[in-house]
Amino acid sequence: MSVVVEQVTRRFSPGGSPAVSDVSFHAPTGAITSLLGPSGAGKSTLLRLIAGLEAPDAGRVHIDGVDCTRQPVQQRGVGVVFQSYALFRHMTVRENIAFGLEVRRLPRAETEARVDEMLRLVQLEALGHRYPGQLSGGQRQRVAFARALAIRPRVLLLDEPFGALDTRVREELREWLHALHSRTGLTTLLVTHDQEEALEISQHVVVMSEGRVAQAGAPEDIYNHPASPFVASFIGGASVLRGRVQAGKAEVGSLALDVPAAAREGEAVHAFVRPHDIKLARHEVSTPGPQPVTGRVARLKAVGGFVKVLLALPSGDEITVQVSRSEFDALGLTEGDAVRADVLSASVFVGDYAI
Amino acid sequence: MSSPHRVLPGFRLSLGFTWAYVGLLVLIPLSSLVLKTVSLSWPQFWDTVTAPRALAAYRLSFLASFAAALINVVFGLLVAWVLVRYRFPGRSLVESLVDLPFALPTAVAGLTLTTLFSAKGWYGQHLEALGLKVAYSSLGVAVALTFIGLPFVVRTVQPVLEDIDADVEEAAATLGATPWQTFSRVLFPAVLPALLSGFTLAFARALGEYGSVVFISGNMPMRTEIVPLLIVTKLEQYDYAGATAIAVVMLVASFLLLLVVNLLQRWSHRRLETRPGT
Repeated sequence: MSVVVEQVTRRFSPGGSPAVSDVSFHAPTGAITSLLGPSGAGKSTLLRLIAGLEAPDAGRVHIDGVDCTRQPVQQRGVGVVFQSYALFRHMTVRENIAFGLEVRRLPRAETEARVDEMLRLVQLEALGHRYPGQLSGGQRQRVAFARALAIRPRVLLLDEPFGALDTRVREELREWLHALHSRTGLTTLLVTHDQEEALEISQHVVVMSEGRVAQAGAPEDIYNHPASPFVASFIGGASVLRGRVQAGKAEVGSLALDVPAAAREGEAVHAFVRPHDIKLARHEVSTPGPQPVTGRVARLKAVGGFVKVLLALPSGDEITVQVSRSEFDALGLTEGDAVRADVLSASVFVGDYAI
Repeated sequence: MSSPHRVLPGFRLSLGFTWAYVGLLVLIPLSSLVLKTVSLSWPQFWDTVTAPRALAAYRLSFLASFAAALINVVFGLLVAWVLVRYRFPGRSLVESLVDLPFALPTAVAGLTLTTLFSAKGWYGQHLEALGLKVAYSSLGVAVALTFIGLPFVVRTVQPVLEDIDADVEEAAATLGATPWQTFSRVLFPAVLPALLSGFTLAFARALGEYGSVVFISGNMPMRTEIVPLLIVTKLEQYDYAGATAIAVVMLVASFLLLLVVNLLQRWSHRRLETRPGT
């Protein structure tokens, strides 16, 4: 039940910039595929195009190898879960779940059995007779899942399903979704702006930016080998360092990094460095190590088990370094201290960086 | 009479004021109405309120008001729907037109409608050709009452419709519901409580309407005479006790009706309004 999107374009106003522009990608059968990007990247519109809630101006959508671009939403056999839950407030949990079966005129006994099965699946057996207004946010979202799954959809489409929930419930439901998916094995598309969510539970990630696909691949590939400055900056909370190509190396501050093959001498480059790809040491302790940078501690942010150190570099750039609490205590840093930073890995791109 | 802690103080003062205000403005005038009726003996009272002319007036008032409120429920819902869901040129004009029956002196509305629906009027000449007599008939009464009732339904249903996300309709569609199923099973039940209160308001307003109806109805006793007009007629004949007797009947009937609709509403509201207990 794979989903294949071919050169799909959708613009909302004639002449305006398209919300989705010439997008092609493939969501493999039985996997969770994330559509990841900042708000306004067109990922929700893309999901709505696949669901049949929007019609593309150009391009094709195939579900399970069949072209369904012109198929009405009612016949696509897709289960959709919305961020707003979109539950029917005047119906009980059971009635909500049964809705899709009743409009299909499934025999009553079969409907009841399916509803029971779904309530078990989402662990809400005891709450079947409640109204949505009597449930917590997390419970409501599970009802929305049960309702979408009850019709035995060919694919499951999730539009920021946990976006309206608080962090703890979000993480619980993420685990729950992962378990649910391993049980159902349903081809799933997940729209999210939360990279952690995307990297954690999906087998395939499609990063989107300004209506286009920026990069698609396995989560590790995207994390380790970002294909563009956008992906590098969007994923992993990286800091940017600016510099020039000198003697075949990217001179970024006092660093010399490997450059992409296409770089010419003297050209502007920028490097993305992830907060945990930097090792800090006190400046006066000069240990032999790779590519040291010196900087001054501008600000310290203690966040639970680790500390974020904001370093001001002589070049004027600022980088964020993540240090574990024990490492931080061993270093004994305070604001204003001079430190040396060893960059363990960085992604280098040719050109000037502009946000 | 314990007052929960609130940011704004003055629970006792404002409650006292509310009682005094409602008492002075509503309760005392209404009780004096009932007291006035007491000057009639029971057989006199009964004869007055069950006189054939009075019965005909009740029948017309209640039936025409009911019909008008029903028509407004159907078309008011449609108008509210269009105003909420679509953006079109002239939308704000329609918005203001909906409120016009609120603002227009009802006598003006009555005159206008009479002119339009009379045998030579713009509408009337065509309707007359079809054999439909609107002005100076009970049909005309219903037309006038429909005109004045429209804003009540539109304005009560509109905020509720605005509250329903388009997501909910889309969810129904992805579950396989046809547009008709989405309307009848998802949207309609959700706006039903608002529709009921819109109906009640329009109905109550129509029962008490006088100004617009007297022009278009022709005021023929037994045929096109509404209850408020009958009351005025009795007052003009210095039959105060008779007038108040009929008024009391109207009062009790309207109160019972409002009570029933309120109970209905509370029943349908309870299912929607519950929130998780704390």
